[in-house]
Amino acid sequence: MDKVLGDKIPEFNKKAAGGGNVGLSGASFSLGDHRTKFETLVIILIAVVIIGGTELSLVLFNVPQYVLPKPSLIVSALFTEWKFLWPHILITIYELLTGFAIGASIGFVLAAVITQFPFVEKIVTPYILLLVTTPMLALVPLLILRFGFGSEPRIIAVALASGPMVMINSATGFRRVDLAKIALARSFGASTLQIFTKIRIPMAMPMIIVGLMVGSIFGLLTAIGAEMVGGAEGLGNRLTYYSALIRMPQFFAIILILAFMGISIYVFFFWLGKKWASWET
Amino acid sequence: MKWRGSLRERCLLRAVQICNIISVSAAFFQGNFTVPKTEKTAKRTGPEANHAVKMAIREASKSYQTRSGAVHALDKVSLDVREGEFLCILGPSGCGKTTLLWSMAGLHTLSSGDIRLGNEPITKPHPEIAMIFQDANLLPWRNLAKNIELPFELKRRPPDRARIDKLLERVGLAGFENKFPRELSGGMQQRASIVRSLSVDPSVLLMDEPFGALDAFTRDEMNLLIQEIWMETRKTIAFVTHSISEAIFLADRVAVMSARPGRIAEIYDIDIPRPRAIDIQTEPDFIKQVLDIKSRIEHGRGAKVAIT
Repeated sequence: MDKVLGDKIPEFNKKAAGGGNVGLSGASFSLGDHRTKFETLVIILIAVVIIGGTELSLVLFNVPQYVLPKPSLIVSALFTEWKFLWPHILITIYELLTGFAIGASIGFVLAAVITQFPFVEKIVTPYILLLVTTPMLALVPLLILRFGFGSEPRIIAVALASGPMVMINSATGFRRVDLAKIALARSFGASTLQIFTKIRIPMAMPMIIVGLMVGSIFGLLTAIGAEMVGGAEGLGNRLTYYSALIRMPQFFAIILILAFMGISIYVFFFWLGKKWASWET
Repeated sequence: MKWRGSLRERCLLRAVQICNIISVSAAFFQGNFTVPKTEKTAKRTGPEANHAVKMAIREASKSYQTRSGAVHALDKVSLDVREGEFLCILGPSGCGKTTLLWSMAGLHTLSSGDIRLGNEPITKPHPEIAMIFQDANLLPWRNLAKNIELPFELKRRPPDRARIDKLLERVGLAGFENKFPRELSGGMQQRASIVRSLSVDPSVLLMDEPFGALDAFTRDEMNLLIQEIWMETRKTIAFVTHSISEAIFLADRVAVMSARPGRIAEIYDIDIPRPRAIDIQTEPDFIKQVLDIKSRIEHGRGAKVAIT
């Protein structure tokens, strides 16, 4: 009568089986929920001391610009070069978003489907692990041979890097089946689709968000790397370009932009986790 | 001609015979002909009122396939749940109480036998039957209001606001609608789950050790509450527990199950007048009844009767 509950002994743990305690803070370091004004002040103070100290010591010891440019120069380069960098930023974001959207959707759907069939899951998992552990950057030269110097090979590389990450984390989430919660929904006449949307997805949500976060950061990494390998556009390409010209302030300005992009991704998913998965802490 | 006629007659006769056999056996399988064997109660002191049967369990058997072989959780269990009664199913751990209840809820298929609600065989969850689980079983990602609306959401119906509000008020949870389960105590969570089940106005409530995880004080409180709710609504309740005193305190009848294989060993009528106060659990008659059931369970398990 019921595929899920059919012949299972009605025993269940308080904690959902398989997953254990997972939280956003488990995957990477937390932004922290409660920070006092004093703590915030200390963080800012440290930044000021580091930046100020660097500036001062660079001037003091007369370090040449090609070794390490002064922070003030980096910031001014960011402003003066902005109009030249802007199109490259857009290209990198475009590659990241497109590749991530493709990879994450495929990864999510695969995770949702595969976890329903334990046999298939056991067969597929080693291959997914292989995809996770192989640096997709290694494929970029091959992809460029096939797809040329446009955005396509890089989008594919981003998808290949982020998809398996999303998949493997989402699968962990979907595996956390709580028989009692499914029985609850079933007892009120829920269909299999309703059990999926109302029980399984919310239950997997914390892990799905972790997967999306890790996947998108891997995606950014791969996008920049792929741009450094070949082509004439994107922030990764600019990095090689400026370092070849030994224009260090511009080089560091790009690193600043990349750091900002990375932290934005993190903050976005942290916020998403707070919104959709805060029930599990 | 005579030959053809006799053949026709013989065919007709055979057809009538077959029909008879079918109807007789159908009646037999529907339980009309079976005498409930388990009704040989030890004490039958209560008035023999007209016991309309709400749910009929007939020869229900269920075995699970495990790695170490088949486990017979239920073995030809026959039991009537009467209209409007409070029935407690009592037994040691692993005797198949929960399996029986899950089968009554239509969450399980039986290996053989059948369970009926009125004349309807229960093979899948039925809107007239609501289940209350161990540990409240609220969804942690939904607040109280959203948890209580779940049944309506699943049935694609607008929630019955008036009824929900009345029930929340009744169990003392009004004003907690925006709280999440982890912000509520165990007792409050279980009260919320009772509201969730009553909100769809079922006629049968199946309760699976609902207060097992609560501390003794909260448990008393919940037992009083469920008694009050039962007296107000007169729902048919089947309540699974492993606490003898809880069973006697709550029930009109206590069905004692024995383990491996799971069977109904005995049915006791409890005729303590209602409303029952928590204090009655310390009265000699009550304790005597507890010890009586306890000794029978232990006797049934083959252990020595040892009551200290």
